[in-house]
Amino acid sequence: MDVSMTVNGTAQSHDVEPRTLLVHHIRDGLGLTGTNVGCDSSSCGACTVHLDGQSVKSCTVLAVQANGSDITTIEGLADTARSAGNATGDQDWHPMQEAFQQCHALQCGYCTPGMVMASVAFLEENPNPTEAEIREGLEGNLCRCTGYHNIIKAVQSVAGGDA
Amino acid sequence: MTSVMGTRMLRKEDPKLLTGENKFIDDIHAPGELWMGMVRSPMAHAKITSIDTSGAEGMPGVHSVYTGAQLQDMGIGVGALPCAWPVTEDMVNPPHLPVAVGEAKHVGEIVAVVLASSRYEAADAAEHVVVDYDELPTVSSLADAVKDEAMAHSDLGTNKAFHWPLDPNPEGTAAAFANAAHTVKAEFIQQRLICAPMEPRGCLAIPSPAGGEITFYSATQVPHILKVMIAATTGIAESKIRVIAPSVGGGFGGKLNVDPDAILSVTLANHIGLPVRWTESRSEAAGSSHQGRGQIQHIEAAADENGKLTAVKVHLDADMGAYMMLITPGVPLLGSFLYTGVYDIPNLSFTCDGWFTNMVSTDAYRGAGRPEASYAIERVMDIMAGQVGITPEEIRARNYIAGGEAFENHEAASTLVFDSGHYRPAHDRALEMAKVADLRAEQARRRDAGETKQLGIGMCTYVEICGLAPSRALGGLNYGAGGWEHATVRILPTGKVEVVSGSTPHGQGHETAWSMIIADKMGVDPNDVEVLHSDTAKSPLGLDTYGSRSLAVGGVAIAMAADKVIEKAKLIAAHQFEAAPEDVEFDAGSFSVAGTPAKSVHIQELGFAAFAAHDLPDGMEPNLQEQVSFDPPNFAFPFGTHVAVVEIDTETGGVELLDYIGVDDCGHQVNPLIVEGQVHGGIVQGAAQALYEEAVYDEYGNPLNPSFMDYLVPSAAEMPSIKLDSTVTPSTTNPLGVKGVGEAGTIGSAAAVINAICDGLSPYGVTDIEMPATPKRIWEAINSNGGAA
Repeated sequence: MDVSMTVNGTAQSHDVEPRTLLVHHIRDGLGLTGTNVGCDSSSCGACTVHLDGQSVKSCTVLAVQANGSDITTIEGLADTARSAGNATGDQDWHPMQEAFQQCHALQCGYCTPGMVMASVAFLEENPNPTEAEIREGLEGNLCRCTGYHNIIKAVQSVAGGDA
Repeated sequence: MTSVMGTRMLRKEDPKLLTGENKFIDDIHAPGELWMGMVRSPMAHAKITSIDTSGAEGMPGVHSVYTGAQLQDMGIGVGALPCAWPVTEDMVNPPHLPVAVGEAKHVGEIVAVVLASSRYEAADAAEHVVVDYDELPTVSSLADAVKDEAMAHSDLGTNKAFHWPLDPNPEGTAAAFANAAHTVKAEFIQQRLICAPMEPRGCLAIPSPAGGEITFYSATQVPHILKVMIAATTGIAESKIRVIAPSVGGGFGGKLNVDPDAILSVTLANHIGLPVRWTESRSEAAGSSHQGRGQIQHIEAAADENGKLTAVKVHLDADMGAYMMLITPGVPLLGSFLYTGVYDIPNLSFTCDGWFTNMVSTDAYRGAGRPEASYAIERVMDIMAGQVGITPEEIRARNYIAGGEAFENHEAASTLVFDSGHYRPAHDRALEMAKVADLRAEQARRRDAGETKQLGIGMCTYVEICGLAPSRALGGLNYGAGGWEHATVRILPTGKVEVVSGSTPHGQGHETAWSMIIADKMGVDPNDVEVLHSDTAKSPLGLDTYGSRSLAVGGVAIAMAADKVIEKAKLIAAHQFEAAPEDVEFDAGSFSVAGTPAKSVHIQELGFAAFAAHDLPDGMEPNLQEQVSFDPPNFAFPFGTHVAVVEIDTETGGVELLDYIGVDDCGHQVNPLIVEGQVHGGIVQGAAQALYEEAVYDEYGNPLNPSFMDYLVPSAAEMPSIKLDSTVTPSTTNPLGVKGVGEAGTIGSAAAVINAICDGLSPYGVTDIEMPATPKRIWEAINSNGGAA
């Protein structure tokens, strides 16, 4: 089936098998391998991307369901910040990417793209969360390295506007 | 230049990981690659009566299908997978073929393998291989294995794999128990755990068109060990094998094995002349990756009337799973030396029996034997305190090595020599940070008021053995390799420094830490340091990453190699200055002649001089490059005190971890940012064993919770923020005075959490709770005594 979508600002059109998961289309079809797969039960959130501005686990969406949508992956996140004029730091990144480095909120980095994308979307829904709300808000994203402590700090620092 | 050592330098690894540029195993592809689809046994113990591959063979994209018997006939991948640690001369080690022949011994064992053009086609075809089985009696738990009635291996006649004693002074132990004022006898179960790094395992074997070379990409912690083991198992010459660990998404022990998929992909790729790959699915991992823990601990302790412990006696039953994998039998023994903990207990008697079961093999998982030992002795300390009538704090204070004062070179009852320790400051600081007096007052208030939600406070004072390992010590334990680490340091013609590391990161931040060590030693900018690692073509010698060894062995090797480079550079500088080398000083990267600091040369400038070799001292070889294989003279023994505070809902049995305090001592710290991160993650993994995680099997040996839907890796919502501090007691084992911190958190936290729960439930007559302390178990424990507080 033909599937068209805008991914990180570029229009893409591909013929995909109807059963193809969006995450496999992004990774294998479009070659955007920053989005990772950590499970097969939609539990871990490593594959989180933004679909029409909302965070979704891209393993729970078929590529064909995303037809006509606008998708942002970790590769395109900094550009969205640059367009919005709020990119930050030496690397000119999205504030959440910068905060993750500053707070040492990543170790092996495998959950990180999904965690960053989920955190960005979470703060859009709830710009001034409590710690408990951040923890609840990120409950769909698993990390095995950090114990979450520094991830929470990173999100807090962006929410507080001091990242 | 001020030193970067001990600073919170941001990691060099992060930019690639934060932008998606990074390459993990599943991101790497080779033209013409074929995917392996594994046909796995759904039975835990069964005769394979027939395999019909015809349904799969004609399917779209399918290249070929192989059964174990066919591979045997073809002479492909027939070698048994290696066990590097035959712990006793008579250890039973049934052959573990990459693809089962005749019988399957655990759910998930590979019985046939499909090669197809895509991951979807490989999975589809694997489902169309029809296998008939005749079920055999199944050993589905360690408790059943020990009964030795049903056999995990029909032909062995017993499930027992080995018996291993550590009993330096049996008379002493017997006398201590005979004269004891107090004794404690307890049994603890260390449930099986799934390692669950966030990146599943995977591999890609790429044969060269001619010449027989093979490049093997693997999500592994141990590329160097894997290279040797692939050569030994397949017969491919070692020099033709290049192993590359790309970015590896966590390991925790779960990626240090020589798995069937590795041997299969290499041998099949070699056979068909095309790249062969595999990526594990999360649910598949419950049958395809080794698990951790799996022990029943029988422990007894003797103490005098003051609660001073005089002996500890341990018998361990350890679940090997169906086969011995790389270090399966050695893992429980790594804990044997730690059953006396941080205490001056003069007698230790330890035995371990290894048992086969029809479950996937066990092997290393974060801490590997040491969290189990720490858990047992720390639970016993609390139980003993209750019996003696003193607090958990007090019994620890009475038993610390050297009375809690600073010490060096303490020979423990196990005969291991602890390098250094100073236990009381961490103890005091942790209790202070936890505000234990306030907590006790609040606990008393809630108890008096009969409140539903009760408070529990638990502590754990742990020590661990890390910096694995002195090669002679490993030889004494019959381990099949050494414990050294190799490093090369070179100054390139442009002045940049290149470090080649034999230890291999998978999230620990080696590139950052090694750059800091070099920057500190050589007086160069950390950004001028490039670290090469995880590729046996770039880093031919190494023993990789496990057992909190990277810094205490590998980092030390790098520092020593840097010293040798500086030594040689000094000779070149002296030559340029026309001065005697002993008159040349080295400070912050610059050489100068004593008394004439105006004339100086920076070490980075000497890279070109050594490369050009136009004017070197007579007889000196060109280039500034030195290497070191560092074999540590002893282990390093980090320690710390952890305090957990829990709130227990006595009506539902639910536990909330309210607060967690860790004061850890890993000697000198290269980068506290990284140290804290390691401790945070370790604490959560140990707390997860205490509260949530268990690989559960039914009576037929079926894994009941293979996916993340039901295997409870904790999320942010379950965990509190963690309060950390540290003390610094330098190691005497190595010149950097460093110890290691990768496993510390995990070693301290399970006991702290369970001690807290037992403390909170003490008014209900509860003295122990099995891990994981689920609401059901807690509710039953409360109500088994009628529910009366």
